[in-house]
Amino acid sequence: MRFAFTDDHLAFRDAVRDLLAKECPASVVRDAWGHDGRLGAAWSALGEMGVLGAMASEDVGGLALGMAHLVLLLEETGVAALPEPVVEHAAVAMGLLVDPGRALDGTETVTAPFQHDTVMPYADRADHFLLFEDGRIRLAGRGDVTLEPCESVDGARHLARLTLTGDASTVGTGDDLEHAFDRGALGTAAQLVGLSRRMVDLTVEHATERRQFGVPIGSFQAVKHHLADARLALEFARPLVYRAAWSIDSGDPDTAVHVSMAKATASDAATLAGRVALQCHGAIGYSFEYDLHLFLKRAWVLAAAWGDADWHRDRVGRAIL
Amino acid sequence: MDLTFTDSEQRFREECRTWLEANVPRGLPSGDTREGFARHLEWERALFDARWAVVSWPDEYGGRGASAMEWLIFEEEYYRAGGPQRVTQNGIFLLAPTVFAFGTKEQQDRILPRMASAEDLWCQGWSEPNAGSDLAGIQSRAARDQAAGGWRLSGQKTWTTRGAFCTHLFGLFRSDPDAERHRGLTYFLVPLDAPGVTVRGFGRLDGDEGFAEVFLDEVFVPDSDVLGEVHQGWSVAMATTGAERGLTLRSPGRFMAAASRLVDLWRDRGADADPRRRDEVVRAYIDADAYRWQTFLTVTRMTGGEEMGAESSLTKVFWSELDVRIHETALALLGADAERDDTGWMKGYEFALSGPIYAGTNEIQRNVIAERVLGLPRR
Repeated sequence: MRFAFTDDHLAFRDAVRDLLAKECPASVVRDAWGHDGRLGAAWSALGEMGVLGAMASEDVGGLALGMAHLVLLLEETGVAALPEPVVEHAAVAMGLLVDPGRALDGTETVTAPFQHDTVMPYADRADHFLLFEDGRIRLAGRGDVTLEPCESVDGARHLARLTLTGDASTVGTGDDLEHAFDRGALGTAAQLVGLSRRMVDLTVEHATERRQFGVPIGSFQAVKHHLADARLALEFARPLVYRAAWSIDSGDPDTAVHVSMAKATASDAATLAGRVALQCHGAIGYSFEYDLHLFLKRAWVLAAAWGDADWHRDRVGRAIL
Repeated sequence: MDLTFTDSEQRFREECRTWLEANVPRGLPSGDTREGFARHLEWERALFDARWAVVSWPDEYGGRGASAMEWLIFEEEYYRAGGPQRVTQNGIFLLAPTVFAFGTKEQQDRILPRMASAEDLWCQGWSEPNAGSDLAGIQSRAARDQAAGGWRLSGQKTWTTRGAFCTHLFGLFRSDPDAERHRGLTYFLVPLDAPGVTVRGFGRLDGDEGFAEVFLDEVFVPDSDVLGEVHQGWSVAMATTGAERGLTLRSPGRFMAAASRLVDLWRDRGADADPRRRDEVVRAYIDADAYRWQTFLTVTRMTGGEEMGAESSLTKVFWSELDVRIHETALALLGADAERDDTGWMKGYEFALSGPIYAGTNEIQRNVIAERVLGLPRR
């Protein structure tokens, strides 16, 4: 039993962290609200770095990395609230496509709905769409679908409802469905861990600087205890995410249970972190000009996406009770 | 990363399991009563004779030199087999790490083997009537007796767990009367049969005589029973608090076993329960698992040479509140039957409720998390 990442894993993670700090500051997330199509250089830089095609086999130019490696990187995309379908593309699609072609480096983008829905996140910048159907997963190109934009509470998500008007090719059957779903749920859990971290960090920073009654508000126990609770939830969600990633990579028969434990816990942790962050910020956090809501809303939608905490705990319950 | 147990870890687990399944006593009375304590000592000595009492200690002191990971495996198997709470825990898990870190070779050789074999039974003498969460408010004092080559201890300790049944006390005393707060304290080891010691047991919430107050009146302690440097007791003691809050006192095995019993209880009674309780049962099971994996992550880091610092406060809050939730859910499943429950859930609940209080209240722990993990300002 050795539960730690290698120095290589961590160096890759640090490189992604640095890249996102540069290419995806909060201003880029904010800009994504008012824009259709891709913004900033983060996506292509992640593609060049090999992150987007990391799961693809080496034969087709990928890095053949497993989820245990990828979740560390996805956690960073959560920290940045990267407004791109990185989980859908890098964790879900790359595990299905035999030859990802131009999707390998993100020149073309794949997105996916959760479960059998046809609402696609980041639809306006996607070239290919995964469709989860009974017993199979199909892939449709942009020319074979029509997209009708729909509202999202998170304006950076650019949701659209898809209607298939042309052909789609089957890219997965049988167990592929559950495996793809588990990768999507776990990749989302990793992002939720990152979002929790970001919101806790933002709030610690604010509570240290903001003074009332002549002292930093972070010196008050009421504020400290809220933040301690958020930090606690994060502390105990993260190991479950890493463990589930290992289970996926090693084909553990209990993978679905492990993924559900991770997603349920990460969803709850991010929901709590958001609630605490907003409360401890006070009115400034409630204003649209302040960045917190960018992370808060992402946390809300991802906490519910790919199965919310109740759904995942129910899946655990079906296995253990 | 390799989340499978190695062959040798697996063999260790099987060896633990085989012995524990054959030897763990059934139906022991509470170890927090005088007669129950005596029964528990028989069990502790059986553990020692089979070299399971202190697996992580070196062979020369009665251990097996087990790694931290193997120790966790032992704990999982111990509680899985239904092993009772260790009445020797305060010596083995709280004092011993300090003796290993700060004791002289002479002290180690004298103290550790008798602790392992449950011949000497140690209780913790920290809290005082006016020093609880604010431990640095200790008023019990140590006066220098140069002629006799030692110290004279006076004052009162209280909330001393199983103090009425133990033979020795480890505690902090103010050795420099001019120093304040955490300065000028010294860590002493005190035999409870020394002249001038009076121990009075008293009942806990559950009625057991699990508490004691210890009065000291000019009790002589030789220099050889000072642990660490004179006046440095605070920093010496902090090594033990890390162990207490953290995983050594309450390893995941205990809560995995409790969560697993809760799952069994749901299978038995769930059909008649409010369906919302199902989510609570699953949540408890997941949380116990989260503690287990968080611990593996921590132990891997510690094996790599990192120290466990203020993070132990995260652990303490988590396991203590998990324990309360597990028992609350169990009692809800039992409904009115909980009143006359003979399966141990009510007794366990009473004990679980002490978790957020002892070893530093969870309010204090949350302050530590906020200040030392998150870096928020102290004032």
